[in-house]
Amino acid sequence: MATALPMADSTAAGARRSIGVAQRYYRRFTPLERIMHVALMLTFVGCALTGLPLLYSNQAWATTLSHLLGGFETAGVVHRLCAFVMIVVFVSHVVLVFGKAIARRNVLAILWGPDSLVPQPQDGIDIWRNLKWFVGRGPRPQFDRWTYWEKFDYWAVFWGMFIIGGSGLLLWFPVFFAKLLPGWMFNIASLVHGEEALLAVGLEHELKTERRFEYERLTRESRLAAKEAAPPTHESTLFGWVVGGTALSLGIVAIVLIVYSAF
Amino acid sequence: MRSGGEKNRAGPSAPAKHPKPHGIRMTTATMLRTFCALVCIGLAVSAHAKPAATPAAAPNVNETCLACHAAADAKGTAGKSIAVDGPKFTTSVHGEFNLKCTDCHTDVAADKIPHAETLKPVNCANCHDAAVKEYSTTVHGIARKGGNNVAATCTDCHGTHDILRSKSAESRTNHVNLEATCVRCHGDKITIAKGKLPGGDIGSEFHDSIHGKALRSAAKMSAPECTDCHGAHNMLPKSDPRSKVARANIPDTCGSCHQPEFKAYTNGMHGKMRQQGVLAAPGCTDCHSAHAIQQHEAAAFQTGAINECGTCHHESLSTYRDTFHGQVTALGYARTATCASCHGAHDVLPPTNPASKVSKQNRLATCQQCHAGASANFASFDPHASRHERERNPAYWYAAKFMEYLLIGVFAFFGIHTAFWLYRSLRVKFGGGDRKEP
Repeated sequence: MATALPMADSTAAGARRSIGVAQRYYRRFTPLERIMHVALMLTFVGCALTGLPLLYSNQAWATTLSHLLGGFETAGVVHRLCAFVMIVVFVSHVVLVFGKAIARRNVLAILWGPDSLVPQPQDGIDIWRNLKWFVGRGPRPQFDRWTYWEKFDYWAVFWGMFIIGGSGLLLWFPVFFAKLLPGWMFNIASLVHGEEALLAVGLEHELKTERRFEYERLTRESRLAAKEAAPPTHESTLFGWVVGGTALSLGIVAIVLIVYSAF
Repeated sequence: MRSGGEKNRAGPSAPAKHPKPHGIRMTTATMLRTFCALVCIGLAVSAHAKPAATPAAAPNVNETCLACHAAADAKGTAGKSIAVDGPKFTTSVHGEFNLKCTDCHTDVAADKIPHAETLKPVNCANCHDAAVKEYSTTVHGIARKGGNNVAATCTDCHGTHDILRSKSAESRTNHVNLEATCVRCHGDKITIAKGKLPGGDIGSEFHDSIHGKALRSAAKMSAPECTDCHGAHNMLPKSDPRSKVARANIPDTCGSCHQPEFKAYTNGMHGKMRQQGVLAAPGCTDCHSAHAIQQHEAAAFQTGAINECGTCHHESLSTYRDTFHGQVTALGYARTATCASCHGAHDVLPPTNPASKVSKQNRLATCQQCHAGASANFASFDPHASRHERERNPAYWYAAKFMEYLLIGVFAFFGIHTAFWLYRSLRVKFGGGDRKEP
């Protein structure tokens, strides 16, 4: 979520290694990627907040929230608007990833290797090692650019975009899609739209990280310097905290409401 | 005073309903006076006019009484007001018939003044015996007999010295004034509590209802007041099968004005069940309420009626709530389909009936009411799909099962994952002895 990640000093282990880069900052994402990330975050929270009252319409808080958001019709407009932006971001992401890869002529690298998000044997090993560490039977494993849970998170969003986005479009234009699809598809669409959304909201806040391998690999390949950046200014850190904090709080509110409604 | 319970609300009173002066028993009158009065009043009735002639032998009795009682601040020895508004009595229906004070206050003799300090209560049955007899069977009369001294008697509704004909605009029992007359008790918190009046504050409920509003509109003469539904002297308790507001009779009572709805209802499933004696089938007030009836377009009514259907149709309500339609209405918005949107309201029929709005033949047209251009595929959507019924909705059932396991699986895995992680991280942080790194 942070636009610049204090990589080396984020953990006790990192501090212990005292590799002398404790105060250096590295840019993990390009400006466009960051804009897209913020857009995704905002539209995600927008969709979740405007959708939750429907999913929990039997709860008193849902009625309150729905009225707070300007009523079901306003919420519906916001929901569709956010969904539209999210779909645009998602499609742009896919186009960008492949576009960049084609331009660099390394399409294979996004499909396989340490920079790829595609699950590979190393992830199996990583899971096994991490589980061993959990039960105290091994050292704390180090990861390369993408940890297996980050990959899971990425593909969860990917799958979610297809399922939620697809079912959402079906429900948005039922008369049109009913020309092509049977009626029961709409039953399933409304079911999976809600439940996938629950899954997405639930998984939204995962992940803290250890990313030493990427650091080491980048050092080895002498590419680190290119990614070095000025430390974030006070204002931008504050901004990051406010935006991130707001999104996180809204997400936590959503999860609290979901858990509350489960009992 | 009319002795019948039915009130003729719009037109002038029919002659047959006029008071019948020959029914008056004058216990203290002489034969001659009775004869004169009968002749005079008989003439007046046959002429459809006010009794114009003054009975010759009824002169100064009322003046004698008013000598003491006329002053507005007249008080008895106990300090209680004994004032009687003479002119008002003269214009009252009893004044119109030149009744004497002693006709009602029979324990007072005009030649024995001053009279006793405490008089017997006036017995209206002396003249209005049929009305009083009928009153004793009403909810008020029964309550009185049962010792409830808050329950209304003749004077609570009709007044005392100022009683006017119901058709007179100022009468307490006039069509437009009856609401206020009943609400004097049924809208008064103290009386409600003291008399344990059923239904609580009916006054404010009715005031805000569609009928209450209509009574204050230009259409007030065709709007119902209390007695139109409850009856006046035939106001039987609703437990009495003859009562106009007995559960079995409510459709007829409402239907006396709402004829098209009544017809639709009697042709509908619920009305048919009623005809078969199934009293549990809903009647008008189950959805519309009795006193707080709202405009049927109001969102609160529309969304509230859904829950009313659900009191019997549990399963249908629960599956409806799983759909977008049901979720939006649960939030209090009536923009999406309610039960009645698809099934009809008064004329609801089972889907197996070809005339039903949701029968195979009519279903698409019903969808198209809102979803213009809907196709046959569209109408095959199941608005009551159940995730628990594999036979009815196999694809839905499998999808639901898949989502269930997916959610449980993912949350279980990452729940345990996070828990372990937290535990390990804390041990590292607080130097709990993580293994040396390679």
